[in-house]
Amino acid sequence: MAAPFDLNDDNVVVIIGTGAGGGVLANELAQKGVSVVALEAGGRYLPEDYVNDEWESFGQLAWTDPRTTSGDWRVAKDFSGLPAWIVKAVGGTTTHWAGASLRFQEHEWKAATTYGPVTGANLLDWPIDAAEMAPWYEKAEDKLGVTRTGNRPGLPGSNNYKVFEKGALALGYKEVHTGRMAIQTRDDGERIPCQQTGFCFQGCKWGAKWSSAYTDIPEGEATGNLEVRERAHVARILHNEAGKVTGVEYFDRDGNLQMQRARIVCVAGNSFESPRLLLNSASSMFPDGLANSSGQVGRNYMRHMTGSVYAVFDKPVRMWRGTTMAGIIQDEAKHDPSRGFVGGYELETLSLGIPFMAAFLDPGAWGREFTSALDAYENMAGMWIVGEDMPQETNRVTLNHDVKDQHGLPVANVHFSDHANDIAMRNHAYKQGMAVYEAVGATRVFPTPPYPSTHNLGTNRMSENARDGVVNRWGQTHDIANLFVSDGSQFTTGAAENPTLTIVALAIRQADHIAREMSAGNI
Amino acid sequence: MTTIKSPKGLTRRALLARASAAGATIVAGAGFIAAPNAAWAYETAHLDARVFATLVQMARDIYPHDRIPDENYVVAAKGYDNADAAAGITAGIAALDAAAQGKGFGSYLDTGWERDRVDILRGMEDSAFFQQIRGGLVTGLYNQKAVWPIFGYEGESFSQGGYIDRGFDDINWL
Ligand SMILES: Cc1cc2nc3c(=O)[nH]c(=O)nc-3n(C[C@H](O)[C@H](O)[C@H](O)COP(=O)(O)OP(=O)(O)OC[C@H]3O[C@@H](n4cnc5c(N)ncnc54)[C@H](O)[C@@H]3O)c2cc1C
Ligand code: SF4
Repeated sequence: MAAPFDLNDDNVVVIIGTGAGGGVLANELAQKGVSVVALEAGGRYLPEDYVNDEWESFGQLAWTDPRTTSGDWRVAKDFSGLPAWIVKAVGGTTTHWAGASLRFQEHEWKAATTYGPVTGANLLDWPIDAAEMAPWYEKAEDKLGVTRTGNRPGLPGSNNYKVFEKGALALGYKEVHTGRMAIQTRDDGERIPCQQTGFCFQGCKWGAKWSSAYTDIPEGEATGNLEVRERAHVARILHNEAGKVTGVEYFDRDGNLQMQRARIVCVAGNSFESPRLLLNSASSMFPDGLANSSGQVGRNYMRHMTGSVYAVFDKPVRMWRGTTMAGIIQDEAKHDPSRGFVGGYELETLSLGIPFMAAFLDPGAWGREFTSALDAYENMAGMWIVGEDMPQETNRVTLNHDVKDQHGLPVANVHFSDHANDIAMRNHAYKQGMAVYEAVGATRVFPTPPYPSTHNLGTNRMSENARDGVVNRWGQTHDIANLFVSDGSQFTTGAAENPTLTIVALAIRQADHIAREMSAGNI
Repeated sequence: MTTIKSPKGLTRRALLARASAAGATIVAGAGFIAAPNAAWAYETAHLDARVFATLVQMARDIYPHDRIPDENYVVAAKGYDNADAAAGITAGIAALDAAAQGKGFGSYLDTGWERDRVDILRGMEDSAFFQQIRGGLVTGLYNQKAVWPIFGYEGESFSQGGYIDRGFDDINWL
């Protein structure tokens, strides 16, 4: 049967969320002839709809349904209702993302083994490794069109990059370049090359940056095997007495509750909504929520060790011109415990416009110390720090029964406190980042605190043994054979790299597995 | 620019002296305030003019940018000149004036140096009122397109074809 599918069609695979994980999985399955209904809480926006204005775009695309926060992270104080900066729209956060696309390093698949015991950290090795993932990474890089992979050239360096590169080389860093970016650099007849318009975080109006919204989703729809239902907010996943999932209940665009039957359900709502949905689906058979026999659903929330360094110079930089994030220093990504912490971090160029800079440079700050920094905005350069943070059982997503969303569902509470390793790594990164700019003559530097999380990982983690995590090596839940997790919440550990390439590679691989198991009649 | 007498019976001269001590605005009559140079004028709807002028000064003291004219702070403050917000703002400004009096000034506006006002604000920075005003300014002031050029920020470039031929890599001092 071709799309659209009937609510009672119990042969479809239902995918919840259409971002990096869900959007790719939907297309990959559709290409293989599998019938897919993708339910997406947000609306559909395409390049012609994107607004190159930071707050207006935020209003258009960001997930602003209520959430609550706790823990000692500064976000809980400065942005208590906004633990994450992620998207509610067809394409998910791939509309916002900058496009940095890095493979994990080999040792990062085996963090527990490589780092050894770390007090307070719930480290675990992934049940998969670099060799197993290599072919899937290659497919993911081809799909996203990642620069500096295949035969794709790198992006040209912007003003912000040139400052960063000069400082990096002066410090003796060697692995410095304009990044591996899912951004088109040449006209291949499909996507327009990057025009250096500089609003990568607001949705690329040229479609030069990969987003599932205008690549995988329409490709999947063109097969006739994929139906995307927008403004469809999944409330719970249903199961039968045999403990198999049978479908989902969702609120449609008019707020009416609908039920879609399913043969398989794949959860890809990003690392807050995916565990929230499993927890909100608790039943008498599964009182702690679906797929939660390990008690790990919602736990081990990781957000990457992040922070930024901005610097002011005596002459203009105009960092906002051009790509938002095309520049990287990789020398610190290695695991070198002599620095006082395990794991490593990347330094990546970053720029914000004046509206976001005012909100994020030093949240809560006021007076001349703050405003004189903004006065020098034109002379400012910036970088973002992204490193591996430690999974901790107590950093977790739980249901807050005191706060309900517009559908009357308990919202996610996000609890996070830094691990000592995260703090040691951040301090090291601040020092190095400031040194990079001081080497080019910065007159003032700003070690800027983390923003609301853009990378959200680990809350349904992958494990060899059912007792240690929520899903197996295929993203299939240990407890329920026809229930899968397909987004960043599968991550066992976070590695130093931006996560999306890995999310996409895992989704391509998962599609292969699901199609194979379906035709074998196993699920 | 109109009116001369304040409702509290101050002479125009006294008022002017007071306002210029605070640096900028003139409260002139009930509900009407204007810049001394007539660059802008605003008739308040729900807030007392003096309360509003104090709010504008407070906004500038929280986020002082000497190159941003008062009118942009007025735009940000206007958001509070409505029936819902007026009572809270009036109470907050009264507390601000009381704090100023506690430090020996006639009122918040009756201070000479920015450092004196900053000192008063530091003493109340954890209050809900201060946080409301500061938080609101983050978007109320910096999201005004009119202030962006003052920072050199150029905003969107899509309509001009991006920066690919317009200086994304034109840095020349490295
Ligand atoms: C500003 C910014 C910059 C970034 N830059 C980079 C980068 O350079 N490199 C990189 O690797 N990563 C980057 N990221 C992170 C990247 O965007 C995410 O890691 C990635 O998109 C996560 O994929 P996902 O599938 O887990 O979730 P998402 O892409 O967030 O998709 C989840 C989708 O599920 C939907 N959904 C949630 N709950 C429900 C429900 N109950 N019912 C129906 N639908 C639901 C949501 O609306 C959303 O559309 C960036 C993120 C941000 C915010
Ligand atoms: S800078 Fe390039 S990739 Fe980024 S939004 Fe503009 S055209 Fe797209």
